[in-house]
Amino acid sequence: MANFYNDNEALKHYLSHPLMQKIVELKERNFADADKYDYAPQNFDDAVDSYDRVLEIVGDICANVIAENAEEVDHTGPQVVNNRVKYAPATERNLDACRKAGLMGMSMPRRLGGLNFPITPYIMAADMVSRADAGFENLWGLQDCAETIYEFASEEQKQKYIPRVCQGETMSMDLTEPDAGSDLQSVMLKATKKEDGSYVLNGVKRFITNGDSDIHLVLARSEEGSKDGRGLSMFIYDKRNGGVNVRRIENKMGIKGSPTCELVYKDAPAELVGSTRLGLIKYVMALMNGARLGIAAQSVGISEAAYREALQYAKERQQFGKPIIEFAAVAEILSLMKAKLDASRALLYACSRFVDMYKVYDDIAKERPLTVEEKKEQKYYSRLADAFTPLAKGMTSEYCNQNTYDCIQIHGGSGFMKDYACERLYRDARITSIYEGTTQLQVVAAIRHVSTGTYLNKIREFEAEEVKPEYEAVKNTLVFMTQQYANAVQAVMGVDDTKYHDFMARRLVEMAGHIIMGYLLLEDAQKNEDFKKSLVVYVKYGEAEVARHASFIGNFQPEQIKDYLYTNA
Amino acid sequence: MSLNIIVLAKQVPDTRNVGKDAMKADGTINRAALPAIFNPEDLNALEQALKLKELHPGSKVTILTMGPARAAEIVREGMFRGADGGIVLSDRAFAGSDTLATSYALSAAVKKIGDFDIIIGGRQAIDGDTAQVGPQIAEKLGIPQITYAEDIISVDNGEVTVKRRIESGVETVKAKLPLVVTVNGSAAECRPRNAKAVQKYKYAAVPSEVASDEAKKDFIEKRPYLSIGEWNASTVDADLAQCGLAGSPTKVKSIENVVFTAKEARRIENNDEELEALIKDLIANHTIG
Repeated sequence: MANFYNDNEALKHYLSHPLMQKIVELKERNFADADKYDYAPQNFDDAVDSYDRVLEIVGDICANVIAENAEEVDHTGPQVVNNRVKYAPATERNLDACRKAGLMGMSMPRRLGGLNFPITPYIMAADMVSRADAGFENLWGLQDCAETIYEFASEEQKQKYIPRVCQGETMSMDLTEPDAGSDLQSVMLKATKKEDGSYVLNGVKRFITNGDSDIHLVLARSEEGSKDGRGLSMFIYDKRNGGVNVRRIENKMGIKGSPTCELVYKDAPAELVGSTRLGLIKYVMALMNGARLGIAAQSVGISEAAYREALQYAKERQQFGKPIIEFAAVAEILSLMKAKLDASRALLYACSRFVDMYKVYDDIAKERPLTVEEKKEQKYYSRLADAFTPLAKGMTSEYCNQNTYDCIQIHGGSGFMKDYACERLYRDARITSIYEGTTQLQVVAAIRHVSTGTYLNKIREFEAEEVKPEYEAVKNTLVFMTQQYANAVQAVMGVDDTKYHDFMARRLVEMAGHIIMGYLLLEDAQKNEDFKKSLVVYVKYGEAEVARHASFIGNFQPEQIKDYLYTNA
Repeated sequence: MSLNIIVLAKQVPDTRNVGKDAMKADGTINRAALPAIFNPEDLNALEQALKLKELHPGSKVTILTMGPARAAEIVREGMFRGADGGIVLSDRAFAGSDTLATSYALSAAVKKIGDFDIIIGGRQAIDGDTAQVGPQIAEKLGIPQITYAEDIISVDNGEVTVKRRIESGVETVKAKLPLVVTVNGSAAECRPRNAKAVQKYKYAAVPSEVASDEAKKDFIEKRPYLSIGEWNASTVDADLAQCGLAGSPTKVKSIENVVFTAKEARRIENNDEELEALIKDLIANHTIG
């Protein structure tokens, strides 16, 4: 029977990464739950065996339910009936399967009804769900929001809401408004404190994914008269209380099964999460980081689907008396698609491991003071997670767009028709480089780590690792690329003009990305020959890209920037 | 009211993906070439049981399967999807059972379990395709049976309401508990494995599977929910004369492979003569017989 976990060796490969042992031991507090919960692991091997078995369930549902339903969901889509969202019937079937399989609240602790999975195996599930149907990943993946409740809400709120998420209630994050998209400081939804200390919400939200969810996290202005981010707080709105209506859902280009809602809040009762004024600057930032990792997983899943569709078609399609895969021009496209897919996935799971490491330390720090050594590690991984999240979101989403474009190209004229999955993948992919922060905004978040050297330091760590003799040549290329990158950074940062830095930022971030993904694949290939081809192809590609950027930067006079800039006349 | 539900399940060779080596020269099934799976319609039956368990909290679902010790895989699979436990009925004395001997052994096991409200099984197994075992068990236990069930709608006041598939459509029937229900493949598909149940029950085993592993034995002993029953003929007080080959009046004379090779369509007029000619042809070339 088809299974999206068993047919994808890369997932098992990353599940067995050396850092997983430490992540699992910390996450399980040295297996303290072993005799407290009948489904808790006894030791590391037992835990990995459990992840393996649960991911196999995910792979089964993805291949045999969600992927099977994807086309129907794409055609039917959700509707608004009496101010409520009605999912497509096939979406309901997907949700039912996920609930019955107990795949909600995967990363939540057992005491709140969760599976206590680290982020990494959870992201693997997201990777597979996205391959099956990227639109459904949004509904399922919004269980991420429970992380924010777990990290910042009161114990009472955790007890009240998290078990409901684990039982299968859905969530949404209500941030965007008509005049506040990327610029969330402009959020206007009004939170009014009543005499009894509770709040009511009034106003409008727009572009809210799964906006008719059971449990909403809402960003609202609690401080009257304030204008910026410091007047915003985070609230929980429970649909059981009523007060929020769905005015309409958007007619989108892709991810059509995922309802994108315009919401009207009318005296909707809400509970404050954490402290007032920290809504945007602390809680939404945490929420967004989780969501960005989720979009990176979604991008990798779409890339996987696109590569497989293209590969299969290229093997079957005969022209000039042979399958088109035998033509060099077609083979090159496929090889590069695979290399970008593998590079994306390597970056995704490197990032998820860093997130796992710092989050688990954050959580332990609530129970006991960390040792000096632990604090050092927490800081190290927190910084890497901060640097790798926007890099992963930016690079993987761009690659998933390129891969779906190439998938259609492989299909030729047939790909332009509605008959093949590739056109849906192409439409679904398009949003990944836009929502949860456009690629341009990921660059804004990532460029700090170019200028402060987070990326270069990590690259130097990779460089210090010994490699097998047969990989020396690839490594030398990566070392050369690093030199070009370091020179380019110096050249750009040496110019005292922030506009110029912004102008060159994406080029620098991409250069770092190519080198990092190259090293990650180098690490993978030494453990598993399956990655060798992608390593070679990717580094060849990255080498050319880095040279292209280096050439652009090297040949650019800072004053030439005026030829590019617009001023609002 | 909470219910005690027994689900009859069989581990069968996956005859849906039959290759050239599926049958041995002697006409018996080459089990090594076919993966062992949970009989598909038994999964439909399990789903009905799990649905009843949801409707009637506190209900208990027990898987009962007859086969070699490795049939414990079927019980575990059932537990992964929501069953509470199970029993493997295993004895060399049961080898070679036809449907009569099978239903005898299973009904003996059911009597041993004792307390039950509903026995649910698949309509038939894909290896034998007889659809006889469920009804025979009902007869042996002297209780009502409903076959071709598509949906067990409700259980109220000791009475079960079932929608069943018949040739010309569906009908809704009622019967008194306890009873046997056999479920049709057109019923709801079985739910997936559950993440918590898989982690909880992955080490569940019958005693013979862990006989040589003290650590595992000890682990299961401390956790009674991991213990799958392993019963033999004497556990269920079976009369050996009615078991296995001795208790099986069915004798297979011979088996032949029928390979459908015709590639061309043939058009027949809608009249008795042409139909009769077709039937004779089909008998002559052993397509039917």
